[in-house]
Amino acid sequence: MEQSVLADHSGRVTAPRRGRPRRGRPRLGKALAPYLLSLPAGLWLLALFVIPLVVMLSLSLQTCNTATGSCVMTWHWGEFGQQLSLYHAQFLNSFYYAGAATVIDLVVSFPIAYWIAFHGGAKKNFFLLMLLVPFFVSFVIRTVVWEFILSDNGFILGGLKNAHLLPQNFHVLATGWAVVAGLAYNYLPFTALPLYVAIERIDKRLLDAAYDLYATRREGFLRVILPLTVPGLFAAFLLTFIPALGDYVNQQILGGTNNTMIGTVIQNAFLQNLDYAGGSALSAVLMAIALIGIFAYARLLGSRTIEEYL
Amino acid sequence: MSAAVTAPAASEEAARAPRARRPRRHWGRFLLATYSWLVIAYLVFPIAIMVLYSFNKVTTGLPQVSFAWNGFTTQWYREWSSVPGLTSAFWLSIRLALATTVLATVVGTLLALALVRYRPPRFRGKTLFEQVLFLNIAAPEIVLGASLLGLFVTINVARGFTTLLLAHVAFSIAYVAITVRARMAGFDRSLEEAAEDLGANPWVTFRKITLPLIMPGVLAGALMAFALSIDDFVTSNFVSGAAVPFPVWVYGATRVGIPPQVFVFGTAIFAVGILCALSSIVIGRKKA
Repeated sequence: MEQSVLADHSGRVTAPRRGRPRRGRPRLGKALAPYLLSLPAGLWLLALFVIPLVVMLSLSLQTCNTATGSCVMTWHWGEFGQQLSLYHAQFLNSFYYAGAATVIDLVVSFPIAYWIAFHGGAKKNFFLLMLLVPFFVSFVIRTVVWEFILSDNGFILGGLKNAHLLPQNFHVLATGWAVVAGLAYNYLPFTALPLYVAIERIDKRLLDAAYDLYATRREGFLRVILPLTVPGLFAAFLLTFIPALGDYVNQQILGGTNNTMIGTVIQNAFLQNLDYAGGSALSAVLMAIALIGIFAYARLLGSRTIEEYL
Repeated sequence: MSAAVTAPAASEEAARAPRARRPRRHWGRFLLATYSWLVIAYLVFPIAIMVLYSFNKVTTGLPQVSFAWNGFTTQWYREWSSVPGLTSAFWLSIRLALATTVLATVVGTLLALALVRYRPPRFRGKTLFEQVLFLNIAAPEIVLGASLLGLFVTINVARGFTTLLLAHVAFSIAYVAITVRARMAGFDRSLEEAAEDLGANPWVTFRKITLPLIMPGVLAGALMAFALSIDDFVTSNFVSGAAVPFPVWVYGATRVGIPPQVFVFGTAIFAVGILCALSSIVIGRKKA
């Protein structure tokens, strides 16, 4: 015990709890340790996440030559208004489709998340793997397969048409429905996992207590389970809605020409039209929308909590 | 129903409730289980289609996947490398994913160590760091990709393997750091202190004590980085330039028709991934 109350090199008496002074470690190195450990990640994220966002904002105020792709700073704030008035329909499409897909995903995945959390038993990990199974196939391939599944004469629509359950000219592809179906499938795991985490964390004894106090199963669900999963529902909503909002793969492969989403516009601006200013302005708006959602979440429920659902 | 009628009925109901509830409960659970298996079937369905149609014969002149079933063949597995662009895109993706995994795992693990061990008085800016990680994960990927392309265009960097690698590591670091940190939650610092007390220098302590203990988390993080990188389309599409990774190649092919080999590669990646995941579950269960 007396051993631990020793003076270290600087003559300061260390607290007994901290143990003996450590040998062979310069104090400066110790003080710098957290910064040295985080330096590579910090530099990487600064150079390739923070700075690009700043560059994006700056580009949105520049005027670009769409033939050469070269830009000059002109502080052209009008770009935002111009782009929004040109593409507000595409923004609205994105909201509708991403919103519909997110609501579908929440409704579809809540019961299965509940089931795995409460009745998964020893096979929990297996069922969770089954929820993640789409991620083992490339995102683009999954979407291509849906294109085939939903195709006009594919085995679903073709079969129904042959059975005269659908009119011959009925089609799903190239409509908003196909886009929503693709988004809903591709982002379902993003919804189901946070919900599972939220439900899994509920203390099952609370439910038993509710039943002991004569709650019906319905009341137990509505007044115990549901309120406790609200943070998880919100996290699931954000983690599904934000990526779906910027998605353009589903729209490009499954949708048609009259249901373009904002992601397609941004991609075309950058890769085809070399309109970096316009594309940057639209990306900035998209980022701002995502930020509003994220800040609302952080404000209501704390920023650390969303990490728990990842 | 009035209150007067319900009052006497309530006690009767309470006495009956435990017996009456059970069959309904089983019925509900059965429904829930059936529903859940249906959802799983829905999730697996397109994958089964992909695997099945990687064995489909092609009768038209152009070797493209079509959804008429023309009979079973292993031709596309035998000729897996006969589409030059696809094969080179696949190997590029593998090299890219491996390089990303190594870099992102090292950088992300170091960050996780800093975040787990140090708090604001000693680690100023920790909160800022956490917020940046959080934003990095929550931001729409198209914004990340577009802003990176904006940067590369502005500083006039040619797009290719290097820009892909820089971008992939950038979006993987946060996932690796969070995965490793989550697995380090129950980490026992006293083991490190014991090693130091016994005269180990920081490097030896790290190699002999810390690293073996955090290894499961680091491996999970590495798998995460590999999976993110090999499947990434959105960011890659912006920053790939002349170097075309697998998902970008497939996306390009959707306009002209997909060769059946795409499904062969898809099936192979799926099989390897699912085997890794299943074995990790089995190993985890044996340990438990």
